[in-house]
Amino acid sequence: MTSQPRVALSEPVSDEVRKTTCYMCACRCGIDVHLKDGKVRYIEGNRDHPVNRGVLCAKGSAGIMQHYAPARLTGPMLRTGPRGSGEFKQISWDEALSLATNWLGEVRQNDPRKLAFFTGRDQSQSLTGFWAQQFGTPNYAAHGGFCSVNMAAAGIMTIGGAFWEFGAPDWDRTKLFVMFGVAEDHDSNPIKIGISKLKKRGARFVSVNPVRTGYSAVADNWIGIRPGTDGLLILAIVHELLKARKIDVDYIVRYSNATWLVVDAPGTAEHGLFLRDKDGKVQVHETVTEQVVALGAKGARAGLYGRVELPDGRFAVPAFQLLAEKYLDPQYAPEAVAKETGVSAETIRGLAAEIARVAFDEAISIDQPWTDVNGQRHESFIGRPVSFHAMRGLSAHSNGFQTARALHMLQVLIGAVDCPGAFRFEPPYPKPIEAHPTPHGKAEHFGSNKPLSGPHLGFPRGPEDLLVDADGQPMRIDKAFSWDAPISAHGLMHMVIANAHAGDPYPVDLMFLYMANMAWNSSMNTAGVIKMLEDKDPETGEYRIPKIIYSDAYSSEMVAYADLILPDTTYLERHDCISLLDRPISEPDAVQDAIRWPVVEPDRDVRGFQTVLLDLGARLKLPGFADNHGKPLYKDYADYIVRHERRPGIGPLAGFRGSNGERSGRGAANPEQMQRYIDNGSFFSAHIPLEAQFFKHANKAYQDFGVRMGFFDEPKPVIFQLYQETLQKFRLSAEGVREPVAPVTHRQRILETFDPLPSWYRPFEEAAVNGDEYPYHAITQRPAAMYHSWGSMNAWLRQIHTRNPLYVPGPICDEIGLVDGDWVWVISHHGRIKVEVARMEAVNSSTIWTWNAIGKREGAWALDKDAPEAKKGFLMNHLIHELLPPKGDGMRWSNSDPVTGQAAWYDLRVRIEKAERAGVSEPHFAAVAPERQHPDELRYGQEWAK
Amino acid sequence: MTSLPSLPTPKKLGLVIDLDVCVGCHACVISCKEWNTGGYGAALSDQNPYGADVSGTFLNRIHTFEVVPEGGQVIGEAGEARIVHFPKSCLHCEDAPCVTVCPTGASYKRAEDGIVLVDESKCIGCGLCAWSCAYGAREMDLAAGVMKKCTLCVDRIYNETLQEIDRVPSCVRTCPANARHYGDLADPASDVSRMVAERGGYDLMPEQGTRPTNKYLPPRPRKPLAASAGSPVLAENTDGAKGFFAWLDGMLDRI
Amino acid sequence: MHPAPSIILFTTLSGMGYGLAAVLGLGLLDPTMIGTKVAYALALALISGGLLASTLHLGNPQRAWRALSQWRSSWLSREGVMAILTFAPLTFSAWLAAIEGRHVVAVGLLGTVMCGVTVYCTAMIYASLRSIQAWNTGLTPLCYLLFAAAGGLLLATAFAFVNGGNGALPAALALPALAAAWVAKNAWWTRLRMLAPLSTPESATGLGHIGHVRLFERPHINDNYLTREMGFKVARKHAAKLSKLAMLAGGALPMLLLIVAAVAGQGTLAIFAAVFAVAGYALGLVVERWLFFAEARHAVMNYYGG
Repeated sequence: MTSQPRVALSEPVSDEVRKTTCYMCACRCGIDVHLKDGKVRYIEGNRDHPVNRGVLCAKGSAGIMQHYAPARLTGPMLRTGPRGSGEFKQISWDEALSLATNWLGEVRQNDPRKLAFFTGRDQSQSLTGFWAQQFGTPNYAAHGGFCSVNMAAAGIMTIGGAFWEFGAPDWDRTKLFVMFGVAEDHDSNPIKIGISKLKKRGARFVSVNPVRTGYSAVADNWIGIRPGTDGLLILAIVHELLKARKIDVDYIVRYSNATWLVVDAPGTAEHGLFLRDKDGKVQVHETVTEQVVALGAKGARAGLYGRVELPDGRFAVPAFQLLAEKYLDPQYAPEAVAKETGVSAETIRGLAAEIARVAFDEAISIDQPWTDVNGQRHESFIGRPVSFHAMRGLSAHSNGFQTARALHMLQVLIGAVDCPGAFRFEPPYPKPIEAHPTPHGKAEHFGSNKPLSGPHLGFPRGPEDLLVDADGQPMRIDKAFSWDAPISAHGLMHMVIANAHAGDPYPVDLMFLYMANMAWNSSMNTAGVIKMLEDKDPETGEYRIPKIIYSDAYSSEMVAYADLILPDTTYLERHDCISLLDRPISEPDAVQDAIRWPVVEPDRDVRGFQTVLLDLGARLKLPGFADNHGKPLYKDYADYIVRHERRPGIGPLAGFRGSNGERSGRGAANPEQMQRYIDNGSFFSAHIPLEAQFFKHANKAYQDFGVRMGFFDEPKPVIFQLYQETLQKFRLSAEGVREPVAPVTHRQRILETFDPLPSWYRPFEEAAVNGDEYPYHAITQRPAAMYHSWGSMNAWLRQIHTRNPLYVPGPICDEIGLVDGDWVWVISHHGRIKVEVARMEAVNSSTIWTWNAIGKREGAWALDKDAPEAKKGFLMNHLIHELLPPKGDGMRWSNSDPVTGQAAWYDLRVRIEKAERAGVSEPHFAAVAPERQHPDELRYGQEWAK
Repeated sequence: MTSLPSLPTPKKLGLVIDLDVCVGCHACVISCKEWNTGGYGAALSDQNPYGADVSGTFLNRIHTFEVVPEGGQVIGEAGEARIVHFPKSCLHCEDAPCVTVCPTGASYKRAEDGIVLVDESKCIGCGLCAWSCAYGAREMDLAAGVMKKCTLCVDRIYNETLQEIDRVPSCVRTCPANARHYGDLADPASDVSRMVAERGGYDLMPEQGTRPTNKYLPPRPRKPLAASAGSPVLAENTDGAKGFFAWLDGMLDRI
Repeated sequence: MHPAPSIILFTTLSGMGYGLAAVLGLGLLDPTMIGTKVAYALALALISGGLLASTLHLGNPQRAWRALSQWRSSWLSREGVMAILTFAPLTFSAWLAAIEGRHVVAVGLLGTVMCGVTVYCTAMIYASLRSIQAWNTGLTPLCYLLFAAAGGLLLATAFAFVNGGNGALPAALALPALAAAWVAKNAWWTRLRMLAPLSTPESATGLGHIGHVRLFERPHINDNYLTREMGFKVARKHAAKLSKLAMLAGGALPMLLLIVAAVAGQGTLAIFAAVFAVAGYALGLVVERWLFFAEARHAVMNYYGG
């Protein structure tokens, strides 16, 4: 017998490790990039990094294949063939930038509105927004409008912060965690780490999701709710909690507007608004002296109920009375909502009981004295260890704003916001609405060759802040902040192409897009959008949307529809900052931001988009980008990150500021800052003192900390807005009793949907179509191993989801005789698709679904023409129209939430019909680009084989 | 040397996989691929990487099963169907048939720690070991013509150039849900052994007689929400809004 | 299991070759006759061809020599060693017959025994695999041995007639061998049909205590090495048809033709009948062998929904 072979056990992994930040999804984990012979040998999670603590998901680990994908663009390109042909010529950067500067300069001179600048999966919105503001177009936003603005807006308007990456469950202390419809591409590693902690501690994890995949698969309890009815489920829980008196009275009195008096004077302009004194201070009813006094009056015991007669003869009631009366109504009883939600009354009551039990019977306490913003000292932090998390599943419905508000109301009622064991804010949140700007883009806000007078995006405090002209017509190309979508805090990127094509409210000359696949999976009505991009004005022969500049790193479907391509780098070749001015990586206990830096040099003629944007800004001599002599202020993005100051001492990065790099938050620019970040693993973390870690919305120590760090210049405590006055202002406008009055066309809709207390109404598409004709819901889920459309050019990830079947509930399969591999037509009011099916039992019985963004257009992403992604893969988008079906009022309403304009992706209703088996899904489109060269076999790392 | 070690190996290094927390994210699948392509032995090749029949060599794959309680209803809370994500790689069996069938001696089980390895320089690529494995743990690399399998990251776990904390298999290090645990299953005091004892860790296909080293922890039993519906917590004690407001008064007095 | 042509060729060719060599070793044919010499050559050619075919599916055939090293544990290695060793008596016998025109009983019998052992080793490569329940039975080597014997006797009969002699003796032996082979094969098939799966998706996942386990999604949607190699499935009704074809072509037809040949005694008709019997048998055997793989379900398919 021969002896056992000797194996080399201690070979060095690589020549060098460079630490940067992942960009394979929106998680922004720290990564260790191992380099060997100048190539990426291996990418693993950075153990020191606060986001992922060393772990890394499939996408992150597949970064090698993303970085070396054949789909990478190689240099600037100018379109030569017709749009959609994919015919381009390579040009130099000088040519490309001169051309772009000419196009942009002309628009800026003539009519800045004629530029629509929208960015997709942009992690540099503080720069892109600043650039757009300095350029002066009112038409800027990122992709939040078709992503999760309902979640963001409802959160900020209710509790001063949202789920998403703006807060997190207290994973180490929570005992009951309830998750609603969460996609696995935001905060995904922290959530996985967190769920694992819960499991280890024996905490209960409840998942509410029509489909039981991903996180839901490991939930202790799965509630397979009918899509779009989550709000009703939440309100039924509120009903049960109120009935059983399981609410934290102390908490709502201290931290919410429950005691604020609401004027009860129907038919007047103040009805439903908060009672204010002449200084504008809100009033409460002091129950001992029975006086109406200003909020915060010393020693006042503010009432939560009781109708008060005011000196002027009007009446007022505390907001909480309105709330309690509303939700104690039997229409919210579990039995009453069971049928609509598809969730049994017993399950709803059981969930309510668990929430009540854990919040009140299992309350926890951290013995740390602290002082609230009213100067009252508390001996400990009392925790109600019930936490919630939600994302697109609530958000992407036309009732998503109100649903998200309902969830936040539930959190507040049980005292479970930013206490130990509950959902906790991540700095710089919470911020009260007053800390956010109002939107800018009214006629007086912009003009030829001048910057916009303020930020584009923000929160209107009432109809008076809408961006509409004297006739009430929208000022923005996407109609954001108009009567159509008054609180569209993230804009409506999904409406831009349709509106620009229709010239409604006006045509544009130039569309400038970054990292947004609008010609494919990021648009509703994809085929229609493609036609709009290709459509020419018969009189002039010009495209209806005359010029399109697009920046992306990969040959996505959108590339073929642009006229000028500015190729971006991969995430390993670029500088970036994940800034506190934007969407940082903070944790509840720490303030954090991060950078990316070029850990490998590009081998192609590509440039980071942000550097290009700075270059364009300088060429256009935009203030903030060029000095008085027209010379560029910044060499490149790295230089901007280090030297730009938004306010004195406040720059894109909070760490290592000051001349010696010792200051955090505020401080002079430090030329060594970038290197300090690199040396620190590409992130910065500053711990919040323990006494400041909880009740941040009302914690004096935290507020002072926030001022020191530069989140705000003076304390900005948040009072939770259970009752939302801004919404009521819109209702008064819709009633015609308050100026500016709403257009007649919009009144009914505003009255029905702008309830100042969270409400539920049937999603618009469901309400508009015949339920017998379209009996099923159709939704998508995000696969954990893919990020939007970004996985298919990745040789490793695409093997996991090479195509996407339509998953059909078993009972429906049995009813119409479907087995795996059969094909069906899926038909909506707008269109039909023909796709292959697979059976599933663990799904809501009226919901069919598929994985998101696996379907690709032939020719895109440098895949072979017969790639399954293009042959059998499909998009649900073809079934979804950006407009609702006509309902006879002469209007075509946007398929969006009426408050925020959030695209209502998940409102889709369909029927299915068995079809002939086929090899190609329909609709199928002609190839969008000439086939690109790529290897027939990969043996990555073979040169290192031992 | 394809005879199995004659004595039980002093260590039984292996994995314990927790099906109660695996969310099926495929992190371990890809981390394994990137570590091992360019690591031990030939690269893990991918054929037709950008074409129709894309297919590559993986040493660890996640299957997804749907488990339907027999006769149970499928929607709602009680007895509903569930999805179980199921990672699978080599189980480093004690009675590893893949070792004994190997005609060349390429396949062997290490005497010191029980890791089953392929010495690629001896492998003729006959594929018989893959046939002999009931678990599908071995895959022939089509480019190299040799059999690939999980090495338990033997080039990590003893690698002195790595920090001690990193001397675990790549899949274990990367798993975001902490569903994968590595250790010595011969040592009853090890974390993994204790986990197996506490949670009822089990063998896959014990009837195959392979005595796998790797163990799987079953999904934890759970209580339906509906069971809490009658909880005294919710004992209704209000007669409409009026009674509720009276209660509020009492509460306000206590603040 | 994927019915790879190289492996089907290997087992059928080498099986018939060893069968013929074994029969030749018994001295049933007159070694002075040219047909016998050709038979020896053919036996060696079939064996060599089969072994060569078996290397076609190797990833690294240049290292095939290493396969001789693990005879202690590996049936494949044993088969390789036996194949090489068996060449010694066989080539010696062939040399004796071809050059010297004689048959040495000791050498011949040694060859016969070694042929049997080699075929047994071949069969045991499959029969020893617990992961493939269909094969994991003593009936597998029995079938291989009987099919080798029947094939050898059939070939021998044909050569006996070609030699101009009377093939009645080998034919008389071939008939029961054929019958026995197909009876054994039917027993094998019956066992296969009756088989309660040793492993199921429930035992493969350990989740049977929760309920019925069904594959929802493959780890990677496309086929991989495992599903290509082990995921082959043949429909039950096709398998039934093919097994009938195998029995007709490889059993009934040769038996009928053998009787015809035996009755004809000598001459062209007998030769033709015997040759067609061999051809029919070869076809039947290929089909039988194709089914041997195609019908066998690998335990790994419990993880792949197969």
